[in-house]
Amino acid sequence: MKKWNEYLWIFSALYLTLGFFNILFAWIGMICFITPLLLSIIGKGKLYCNSYCGRGQLFELLGDRLKLSSNRNIPAFLRSKWFRYGFLVFFMTMFGLMIFSTYLVFNGSNNLKEVVTLLWTIQLPWNWTNTSSVSPWIAQFAFGFYSVMLTSTILGLLTMIFFKPRSWCVYCPMGTMTQGISMLKYKKEINKIR
Amino acid sequence: MKKAMVNQTECVACGVCKKVCPRQAITIFHGIYAEVNEDLCVGCRKCEKACPASVIQVVQKEVKA
Repeated sequence: MKKWNEYLWIFSALYLTLGFFNILFAWIGMICFITPLLLSIIGKGKLYCNSYCGRGQLFELLGDRLKLSSNRNIPAFLRSKWFRYGFLVFFMTMFGLMIFSTYLVFNGSNNLKEVVTLLWTIQLPWNWTNTSSVSPWIAQFAFGFYSVMLTSTILGLLTMIFFKPRSWCVYCPMGTMTQGISMLKYKKEINKIR
Repeated sequence: MKKAMVNQTECVACGVCKKVCPRQAITIFHGIYAEVNEDLCVGCRKCEKACPASVIQVVQKEVKA
């Protein structure tokens, strides 16, 4: 029988859908940022990636079961340390800029911009949600965070189609971070073996 | 005997191999890399095919005396 955590792809699919109805649901995605980091910090390694990542399961479902993946090997440069750490730095820089623009709305320098930005360039007007019930900065973060989640899903879907289903896992910034944290935490154990 | 071998310096520890292994021969060492228990591995190539980073190879190994 399947375990509950094997159905987490439903959570991921639902999350992406809910953002189309109300952008404020984007905040729920923080779970996917905080949980893997906390688990690796307390010494559980990549438990989140290994057992609880709904996005990974979604790519598996689409790529394997629905046969949308070409199952080709990922190009060597995409799995190189340079690319993985480089993508992490780029991703975190863009994330930092998103936090900064949230801050500018928080301190009143900028007005709320109701757009979702895909692939860091394409701006989609997203003004059908009434966000007046919350502070503008809360809504601004939701737009920014949903942009991050949607962009990474698109990249993951593209590599799922062209390469193996879970190719996203190779360069996922969260995965690179949790592996890095685990390496720092278990440095001695690795040195003992190698 | 054929056994799975992991390039541990390039492994991303995603756990896909562990999931597909029918013999539960693979564990993820502290979230850093995959490890194969050669006593359990039957060289079925499932992990090799599934590995998104293509860092697993099934190779011919000498039988222990």
